[in-house]
Amino acid sequence: MTAAEGAALELDCRGQRCPLPVIELGRRHTEVPVGGTIAVASTDVAARVDIPAWCRMRGQEYVGEETAPDGVPVFLVRRSR
Amino acid sequence: MTYASDPAPRASGAGAQRYLDAASSEPLHPAAREVLLAALDQGYADPRRLHHQGRSARLLLDNAREVVASCLGVRTDEVTFTTSGTDAVHRGLLGLLSGRSRHGTGLLHSAVEHSAVLHAGTWSGAELTGLPVDRTGRLSPATVRSALAEAGSSPAAIALQAANHEVGTLQPVTEIADEAGDVPLFMDACASAGCTPLPAGWAVAAASAHKWGGPAGVGVMLVRKGVRWRNPFPGDDRIDERGSGFENVPAALASAAALQAVVAEREETTSRQHRLVARVREQVALTVPDVEVVGDPDDRLPHLVTFSCLYVDGEALVTALDREGFGIASGSACTASTLAPSHVLEAMGVLTHGNVRLSLSRTTTEQEVEDFLATLPRVVRALRAEVGLDT
Repeated sequence: MTAAEGAALELDCRGQRCPLPVIELGRRHTEVPVGGTIAVASTDVAARVDIPAWCRMRGQEYVGEETAPDGVPVFLVRRSR
Repeated sequence: MTYASDPAPRASGAGAQRYLDAASSEPLHPAAREVLLAALDQGYADPRRLHHQGRSARLLLDNAREVVASCLGVRTDEVTFTTSGTDAVHRGLLGLLSGRSRHGTGLLHSAVEHSAVLHAGTWSGAELTGLPVDRTGRLSPATVRSALAEAGSSPAAIALQAANHEVGTLQPVTEIADEAGDVPLFMDACASAGCTPLPAGWAVAAASAHKWGGPAGVGVMLVRKGVRWRNPFPGDDRIDERGSGFENVPAALASAAALQAVVAEREETTSRQHRLVARVREQVALTVPDVEVVGDPDDRLPHLVTFSCLYVDGEALVTALDREGFGIASGSACTASTLAPSHVLEAMGVLTHGNVRLSLSRTTTEQEVEDFLATLPRVVRALRAEVGLDT
């Protein structure tokens, strides 16, 4: 099982432009308990920089990047507070 | 220094228009305006001709070259006027690569070079290697040392800006030129020339007059004496064999006049701007939640500051600030012609959306900066509220 498959919350942000994927993450990350993982699937090229930056600015943990079966990047974040 | 033709002190508050995008283009310096108007009547003839009018134009052009050389600390025969800063970058870099073709085809460059440098490098067919920068956007000499050690053969050249155009961080040009040894360095000084003295160590450099208060349409290419530079474009039988096309004598002279004035006023202007930008950096971080102020806080251009606001669309921010009377630039993907994020912010690993670049002109007042600082938190809060994120 990949980390993305084990995520407590999956956000499908395919087709959304910057900064919508980060807004979605900012709005909904509290839906998982502290320690839980959020997977953000995003076709927005800025997400690769902005999701790790969001983690750094908001004190959350950036876990890494995987690829969904359709080839779209999936960014993994662990809620740490 | 104030001039009769400087704009009248601007009103603050509602209805005022404040230009905070001098890094895109500085308003024409009053000294340049006077010279430009006079030279339009005297510098129209072909400076190659031997008649009276031609000799007058030639005199003005030679004078412009001498003033620019003296202000930039170079020799007169190292200065070529070009048709823009971009043209100076293209000519400078391509001519250096061409002159070095026997030594290889590799071009090492910082990952945060201006797109004009990257486009010229790609167009030349050189093998480009982008070198990573730190979180402030600075290329370290150690990175260059290991890149040179890793490269199988010696590269043709290294391209490094004097200062970054988006975030203002100054680059250690001299130290990196030392690391480079025999490999010549092309320096894009378009963002910094006029504001800061040129650092030593480059072989070929480029600057742009409208960034220092000269008219648009004038660039300066500098080629150090003894550097092998070969014209990458068709030759032209003009006064300066490195340039091409009929010289824009009035604009060159006006650019020289602006540079001379700016250099004479530099100590006063830059210390004031440095202080105002330090105030912006400090206040933005204090008054706007979830903001990232980027670039080196101290070792930077005096007049420029960049920050990014989480959850905010760059275009919406530029539009909202314009409505409040502040003309600012943004490097966010959402405002660019492509949807790709700024390669500079990306290479630094900092937030690429909700980005604002604020840059002060020589006449920007403390009041204008305070007005901006008083307005920004409210504008950001309103934009975040629209997407349901009150941080």
